[in-house]
Amino acid sequence: MLSRNVYDNVKLKSTRDGFGEALLELGKKNKDIVVVSADLAESTRIDKFAKKYPNRFFEVGVAEQNAMGIAAGLALSDKIPYVASFAVFSPGRNWDQLRISVALSQANVKIASSHAGLSVGPDGASHQALEDIAIVRTLPNMTVVVPCDYTQTKKATLESAKIKGPVYLRLGRPASPIITTKSSAFKIGVADVLLKGSDITIVACGPILYEALLAAKELQKRKIKAEVINLHTIKPLDKTTILRSVKKTKKLITVEDHQVAGGMGSAIVEMLAENYPVPTQMIGVRDSFGESGEPQELWDKYGLSHPHIIEAALKLIKKKI
Amino acid sequence: MKKHSVVELQKIANQIRQDIITMLAKAGSGHPGGALGMADIFATLYFNILNHTPNHPTNPIRDRLVLSNGHICPVLYSALARAGYFPLVKLKSLRKINSPLQGHPDVNTLPGVETSSGPLGQGISQAVGMALAAKLDHKNHHVFCITSDGEHDEGQVWEAIMTANKYKLDNLINIVDLNGIQIDGYTKDIMPLESLEKKYLAFGWRVLKMDGHNLKQIINTLNKAKNTKNKATVVLAKTTMGKGVKFMENKYTWHGKAPKAKEAEQALNQLKNAI
Repeated sequence: MLSRNVYDNVKLKSTRDGFGEALLELGKKNKDIVVVSADLAESTRIDKFAKKYPNRFFEVGVAEQNAMGIAAGLALSDKIPYVASFAVFSPGRNWDQLRISVALSQANVKIASSHAGLSVGPDGASHQALEDIAIVRTLPNMTVVVPCDYTQTKKATLESAKIKGPVYLRLGRPASPIITTKSSAFKIGVADVLLKGSDITIVACGPILYEALLAAKELQKRKIKAEVINLHTIKPLDKTTILRSVKKTKKLITVEDHQVAGGMGSAIVEMLAENYPVPTQMIGVRDSFGESGEPQELWDKYGLSHPHIIEAALKLIKKKI
Repeated sequence: MKKHSVVELQKIANQIRQDIITMLAKAGSGHPGGALGMADIFATLYFNILNHTPNHPTNPIRDRLVLSNGHICPVLYSALARAGYFPLVKLKSLRKINSPLQGHPDVNTLPGVETSSGPLGQGISQAVGMALAAKLDHKNHHVFCITSDGEHDEGQVWEAIMTANKYKLDNLINIVDLNGIQIDGYTKDIMPLESLEKKYLAFGWRVLKMDGHNLKQIINTLNKAKNTKNKATVVLAKTTMGKGVKFMENKYTWHGKAPKAKEAEQALNQLKNAI
C-alpha cells in the first residue's frame, strides 16, 4: 500500500534509521539478539542498541572479516547476530567469510549493510557499493532483502530475525521518501504491487523505487498505465507476482541502484528467460564506478532517475519522445 | 567421557594414524602431513581433555573444538569416529560422492564437526564468537581452536587474536600446529612467523609451549591452559609433519598428496610395528 502523500509532501527518513530502530525493538523482545560492530556503529545506527544492551554488543574494530567470523561463531552457539557495516566492506571485504563461515554453515547471521548504491553521494566511488546484491545472491542459503523505505526496513528487520539462516539487508544512507505505510502488508519473499497497470511492468527495489513511482505518474499523463512492483526480496524471488504482471503487460523495466550485471534486474530476467521472456529495459549502473555528487545528481548522471525510466518505457512502447 | 591413560592414548593415536593413511589412500587425494602430525593432540583432546558427549553432539555445555585448518580433517574424522560420533565404516567414504566426510569439514553433514572450514584464518574468529556466547550465557565450557602456523599469514587471524584479548576470553584455547611447513615450502621461507611466542605475548595472550608428540606433556599443558584466568591461551605445539611415517616426516611434498597403494602399505606397516 502506498503512503497517501507519496507524491506531495512526502516524508523523508533513511532506511538505516529504520534498521536501527527495529534492532532496538528486537533487542528488547529477544535476549538472543546480539550485534557485531566494525567501527561504524553510529553510521549504521546500531549505536542505540549498543547503549541499551552493552553486554550484547561486540565492537571488533575495523575488521570486517573477523566481524563476520565472530558472528558465525555466535550463531553456531544459538545467538542471532546482526553484523553491521557499510556494504563496500561487508559483504565487499568479507565475502569469503560470508561464503564459508556463514552461508555454507547456514549460520543464523543477519548482515545489515548500509551506504549501498550511488545514493551514498559525496563519499564517492570507493564507498558506493554497486556489486553487493550480485555477490550475495549467488551464495546458496542466502535471503536477500532490499527494503524500499524507512517503514518497510523496520518490518524487514523484525522479520529477518524470524528466518533461520543468513539474511542480507541492504540499507541506504540518505533520508529517502517514505513510500509505504505502517499498515502495509510485508512478507519476505512476497513482492508488493504498489500501482496496478496493464501497459508496462516496472520492478524496482530500495529507495530508488520512488523514481519508478515518479515515472509511473508521468506515464499516466501520457495514458500509459504502468504496474509498479516493489521487489523488496531478491532472493527468494517472487516468481508468481512477476510472471502474473509481465504476462499481462508483456513489457518490463527493472530499476535498481546497483550494477545492471548481477543485480535485481538480472535475477528477474534469469527467471523470465526460462519462463516467459518479454522485451526488457534494465535501469542500473552500466559497468562503471560512481563518483562524488549528491544522490539525485548521481542518479541523473548515471541514467537511473525517473526521466530515464520514462525514456525506457517509451522506447518499449515504441513511442517517440 | 572417560579420561584415557597415556598408554591408551598412544594406541588410539596410532590407530588414528592408520585410519588417516587408509582413508587418504582410498580417497586418492587429501592432506596426510598435517593430519599425521596432529594425531597425538587429537587423540588427547577427544579421549582425555574435551568434555563432550558423542551420543549427544549438540549438548549445549560441551567443549567446542573448531578445526580452522580444515584440510587436516582426516585426523578429526578419525578421532570423531573412534570417539563414537559415527560408525567407523564411514571413514572409507572420505571425499567420495554423497559422503558426509567432505574434503573439508562441513558442519551440516557430520555430527561432532563444529564449523565448516577450509579457507584459512576463519576458524579462530568463529571460536572467538563461540567463546563470547559462552561468556554471555555464563557457561563454563571451553572453546578449543586448532590453527596451523602457515595459517597465521592470514590477517584475519590477528584480528581475532586482538578481539580475544579485548574480551579477556579465558575460555578460549588456540592450539597452533607448529610444524614449520606450509603447502609451498617451509614457513621460514614462505613468510617468516617467528617469534610467534613474542607476538602472542605482545597481543596479551598467555603462551604455553609443548611437544606435540609427548602425550603426558600434551595432557598437562592443555589442563594448564583450561585453568587460565582473564586471558586467552595459545598453546604452541611443536609437531613433526607426517609423524609416524618415516618417508613423510618433515617433507612438505607430503602436505597435500595422498599415498599410493604401495606407499600406504609401507606406511601402515611402519605404524603397526611401532605399537
